[in-house]
Amino acid sequence: MLGLIKTLKTLGDRTPLGLKQLKHDRLRLLTAIAGITFADILIFMQLGFADALYKSNTQYPRALQADLVIISTQAKNFGQLRTFTRRRLWQAQDVPGVVSAEPLYLGSVQWRNPQNRQQTSMLLIGQNPSQPAFDLPDVNAKLDTIRLPDHVLFDQASRGSYDEMIEQVNRGERVTTEIGLRTVEVAGLFEVGASFSDDGALITSDQNFLRLFPKREAGAVSLGLINLEPEADLEQVRAELAARLPDDVQVLTQAGYVDFELNDIQSASPIGFVFGLGSAMGFIVGVVIVYQVLSTDVNSHLGEYATFRAMGYRNSYLLGIVVEEAIILSVLGFVPGLVIALGAYQLTAAATALPLAMPTSRAITVLTLTFVMCGASGAIATRRLQAADPADIF
Amino acid sequence: MSTNHSIVVHQLNHSFGAGNLQKQVLFDINLAISAGEIVIMTGPSGSGKTTLLTLIGGLRSAQTGSLKVVGHEITGASENDLVKARRNNGYIFQAHNLHGSLTAIENVQMGLEVHGNLAKPERHRQAAAMLEKVGLGDRIHYYPADLSGGQKQRVAIARALVSRPKIVLADEPTAALDKKSGRDVVDIMHDLAKQQGCTILLVTHDNRILDIADRIVYMEDGRLSKQPELAESAQ
Repeated sequence: MLGLIKTLKTLGDRTPLGLKQLKHDRLRLLTAIAGITFADILIFMQLGFADALYKSNTQYPRALQADLVIISTQAKNFGQLRTFTRRRLWQAQDVPGVVSAEPLYLGSVQWRNPQNRQQTSMLLIGQNPSQPAFDLPDVNAKLDTIRLPDHVLFDQASRGSYDEMIEQVNRGERVTTEIGLRTVEVAGLFEVGASFSDDGALITSDQNFLRLFPKREAGAVSLGLINLEPEADLEQVRAELAARLPDDVQVLTQAGYVDFELNDIQSASPIGFVFGLGSAMGFIVGVVIVYQVLSTDVNSHLGEYATFRAMGYRNSYLLGIVVEEAIILSVLGFVPGLVIALGAYQLTAAATALPLAMPTSRAITVLTLTFVMCGASGAIATRRLQAADPADIF
Repeated sequence: MSTNHSIVVHQLNHSFGAGNLQKQVLFDINLAISAGEIVIMTGPSGSGKTTLLTLIGGLRSAQTGSLKVVGHEITGASENDLVKARRNNGYIFQAHNLHGSLTAIENVQMGLEVHGNLAKPERHRQAAAMLEKVGLGDRIHYYPADLSGGQKQRVAIARALVSRPKIVLADEPTAALDKKSGRDVVDIMHDLAKQQGCTILLVTHDNRILDIADRIVYMEDGRLSKQPELAESAQ
C-alpha cells in the first residue's frame, strides 16, 4: 500500500513527457487518434451486428409465453423448425402438472407491401386466438380480431417502408393487401423487429394460418407451448415429458429453447465467425496504425532518449514514456470511437430495423481491447528504444 | 594523493570488436585530474578522445585497467552501477540534444528529475535560477526550435550544471557555434564550473577556446601525451 502511494506520488511528480511529445506534434496525434477511432468503430459495428443477429433471430423465442417448449428433434432454428404431429401435444396434456399444450404454426410467406406493392418475405405465425402465445400486450389485446378470416397483425418494426400504412392502421382505416392468392386485412400492429432471414412478421390465428397455407395440415405443428400449474416443478415436468413422449420431439424450458437458438446461430452459421474475424481485423488495423505512430515517435526522439540515458535515466523511464503515450492515445481514440459508434448504431437501427444497442459491457470490452491494442503496439515500438545507446551519440 | 583527484585513469586499454576484427583504440592511458581542474583534451579525429570520454562518463564499461571517478571504480561495473555513476556527471554534447517537446526550463528540470530527490516546485525554482545564470532568464518558456544555436547550447549547459555535478564532460560543445556564441558558451561554462568547484574534461578541436584550460592533454593514435608543447605544436 505504501509502495503504491509512493509510486503514485512519483508518477504525479514526473514530467509528463509522453503527453508533451504527443501535444507537440499535433498532426501525428491526430493521425493516431483517427486510426484508433476508426479501429474502435469497426470493432463496435462488428460486435453490434453480431449481437443484433443473435438478438433478432431469437426475438420471437424470447417473447414466447410458455413454461416449456416442444419442438421436433429435427428442428434447426426458429426459421427451420420442421413439424411434428399434434398428437404429441395431446399426449403432453396427460402428464401431471401440465395445464395446457397449444400448437404454434410458423411459415414464410410472400406478402405485398400495401404501400408500394412490392413483394417481400414475411414470417407468418399462427396461434390459438383463445390463449396468449407471446408476451406481447399489443397482440394479446387484439386476439379477438384475428379470429376473423384473413385478418393479420403486423410487426411495425418490419424492414421496409410502411410508414403510411402504419398511419392508416392507427387512424382505424381499413388496410388490405395480398398474401398468395388471398386478400388479407391488417387489423392491428405490434412491435418486435426484423431478423436477417425475414423482413418482418405477421401474427394471425391458427385457422387463418391454415387458410394461407392450404397445403399445411392442422396436425403438423411447428412448436408446442406448454403451460404448467403454478406449483409444478419445471425441471421435473420437463424430464417427465421428455421420457413420456416419443423421440421425434424434444422438450425444452423456455430459457433452454432460447439457448438452443443461440447455440444454433453460433455453431451452425458462419456469422459468429465472420463478425469475430471482422472485429479481429479492426483490432489489427488499430495495432498497425498505433505502432506506426509510436515507432515513428520513438525514432524521431532517439537522440533525446540517448541523452536522457547518458544523464542517468534508466531504460524503464523511457519505456514509461511509450506506455504513457499508449494510454493517452487509447483514451483519446476510444471516446470519439464510442460517440461515432452510438450514432452509427442509431442510423443502422433506423435503416435496417435491427435491434442495435450499446450495452455498457460492450463499451468496457472495447475500451479494454483499445488498451490492449495500444499496449501491444507500444510494446513492439519500445524495441526501437534499444537503439538509443548513449555511447553512440557522443 | 588520489583523494584530491576526481578522475584517476590508470593503465586503461580499450578495444572494439572481437576475434580477428578486434581493434585496440586506447593504449595504456594514465591520467589524473584534480578536483576543480579544467582539462582540455585535443588531438586529431579518430584518436580515441571521445572513446575515453564515454568510458569516464560510464556510457561504456571499461575493460582492463583502472578507472576511478569521484572515488568509485567503474572498471567492470554492472549496468546498474553505471547508470548511477552517470548521474554524478553533467554532459554537454556537440549537438545540444535538447528535447524538442519541452521548453527550456522543462529541459533543465530533466537534469534534476533524474535524481528523484526534489519536488516539482523546487525543481522549477532551481532550473529557473540556473537559466538566469546562463543569461536566458527571459526565455525560460521558449521551445528549443525558437532559440538560436548559442542559446540552445546555453540551455544544455544549464541542464548539465543544474544538479551541481562533480564532473562535467563536454564533447566539442562549440563545434556548431560561431566564434562569438562559442566564446560565450565556454565562458559561461568556465565561470559556473569555478563557482561550483566542479571538474571539467572538455574534448575539442576548437583552438579559440584553449585558453580556459588549466591543462591541455593531447591524444594521438590512442595514446595520451601530457606535454603542452606537443599540444601546442599540434595547433
